[in-house]
Amino acid sequence: MIISVASGKGGTGKTLIATSLALSLRNKAQVQLLDCDVEEPNDHIFIRPVIDRTEAVGIPVPVVDEAICTRCGRCAEVCAFNAIAVAGEYVLTFPELCHGCGACSYLCPEKAITEENRETGVIESGKADSIDFTQGRLTVGEAMAPPVIRKVKERTNNDGVAIIDAPPGTSCPVVESVKGSDFCLLVTEPTPFGLNDLKLAVATMKELGIPCGVVLNRAGNGDKNVIDYCESEYIPVLMTVPLDMEIARLYSRGITLAEGIPAWQKEFIGLFDKITEIVDERNRCPER
Amino acid sequence: MKEIVVLSGKGGTGKTSIVGAFAYLAKSKVMVDCDVDAADLYLLLQPEHGEEHEFWSGQTAVIDGAKCTHCGLCEQLCRFDAIHDLVVDDASCEGCGFCANVCPAEAITMKENLAGHWFISKTKYGTLVHARLGIAQENSGKLVAMVRQQAKKIAEESGIELIISDGPPGIGCPVISSLSGTDLALLVTEPTLSGQHDLERVIGVCRHFTVPALVCINKFDINDANTRKIEAYCRNQGIDIASKIPYDSKVTEAMIHGKTVMEYNPNGAAQHIEKLWNIIIDRLGG
Ligand code: SF4
Ligand code: SF4
Ligand code: SF4
Ligand code: SF4
Repeated sequence: MIISVASGKGGTGKTLIATSLALSLRNKAQVQLLDCDVEEPNDHIFIRPVIDRTEAVGIPVPVVDEAICTRCGRCAEVCAFNAIAVAGEYVLTFPELCHGCGACSYLCPEKAITEENRETGVIESGKADSIDFTQGRLTVGEAMAPPVIRKVKERTNNDGVAIIDAPPGTSCPVVESVKGSDFCLLVTEPTPFGLNDLKLAVATMKELGIPCGVVLNRAGNGDKNVIDYCESEYIPVLMTVPLDMEIARLYSRGITLAEGIPAWQKEFIGLFDKITEIVDERNRCPER
Repeated sequence: MKEIVVLSGKGGTGKTSIVGAFAYLAKSKVMVDCDVDAADLYLLLQPEHGEEHEFWSGQTAVIDGAKCTHCGLCEQLCRFDAIHDLVVDDASCEGCGFCANVCPAEAITMKENLAGHWFISKTKYGTLVHARLGIAQENSGKLVAMVRQQAKKIAEESGIELIISDGPPGIGCPVISSLSGTDLALLVTEPTLSGQHDLERVIGVCRHFTVPALVCINKFDINDANTRKIEAYCRNQGIDIASKIPYDSKVTEAMIHGKTVMEYNPNGAAQHIEKLWNIIIDRLGG
């Protein structure tokens, strides 16, 4: 089963929930944790894995053999991202703009284009206790997260429970991360910002056809609007974590809820059971 | 004209609340929300409904089933695994057009995407330019560039000398798009291990694009040891810490009431934000 943990907005406690869920389930199932928040991967801070496998990821960008190239301009014509241009005597490539689609090299009539890998990030795998851990890390200064996310996801092992920590937002990196999940947990807080962003996240999951449920974090000093919204949209609120100075302090030191306050492990196992129920139910009657 | 962008790397550090307070403090400015993926600033500034524009960007492949001869070439060549059983999965399609260029039956066309909307709104603090990226659209930074460009235009036309922008989280395309060419980046962090980790990465991005940075540690008193670590790190990097703002529950309360913290409770965190703003003005002036 693949469970992704997402939130419309950053800083709602997504990492706290993903890592606590992984730690709580590790004695019940083969657990894998994949940190797809490749712009700011933080899970490693909380579960302190031993990394034993590192792999560079990149984008295949064109290299033009000027001796063969006739400056016909076909490559520039087919490139949708203006990453290759022909200007008089020169063929210019702009590797930072290239999406690595392969169109130019395939369509060059002279076969003058080969590809070289441009590194944009790394994928790191290892173990934290019995948890299989993988994270992606976008190189600072690089713009495109999805290729790095795709590589992280290639390491998904569907035998046990795979937990995916998705990046914040609702745009393509999020879609890339949650695509293919059986369930998505949306972490939010009971504030107008939280509600606004939750609505966007819910719309994204609907679009992708992924069932979702809410974890309400920092409940206490907020308003009731998130709960009311979930009720009206028939989205289950599966767990509530109170606004609590102790939890905030543990978090600031890089300690998860499941580790810092072990009583919470039971809550997370309960959360997992509820998710399993929803997913099973849905598999029985997929038309719902 | 000067442009300041407020970034945080990690979300939830209180960035938008601080920008909201700046909106109240700055006399003459245009506000921009560059977080087009989860725009929240308008919730604080409560704009009247203003102009709305469509934003078209990128393309998606469409296969015409009547023309397709089922040769399978498109599926085989697509590097984004976006074609399955001769159906294009919109969410995976990168819009590269490779398939349309190679299809022997000319069965594939590229259709433009309505990638989002952008708005020019009036608030009691001045003009706000913001946007809403369509669901599952590519946040390539183009919409961010668009709102910044519009803000600049408005500022120029009305002789306004300052643009304040609320930046997106992370370090990828949208951040680069909001940061490049600005005069100052204020980096709002919090004293958590993740806050610190993300701050280091966002400082890297500022350095990469040679934008001067100032740091603000929000809720600095939730973990003194981490605050000291961040201070030491910044000292090492030669980056000034412009402010340390104490935890103040009034900041969240203000947000719940749809107000800036300056109006909701001018004591506590608000006083620190005001001092911070004066430091920023000094910096921008120099
Ligand atoms: S398509 Fe090939 S031959 Fe034509 S300009 Fe490009 S690289 Fe040169
Ligand atoms: S690989 Fe695709 S994106 Fe890159 S230069 Fe060639 S056509 Fe353009
Ligand atoms: S390349 Fe064209 S004809 Fe061949 S399967 Fe794809 S759409 Fe159909
Ligand atoms: S446009 Fe590119 S990404 Fe989209 S289906 Fe065609 S080849 Fe694949």
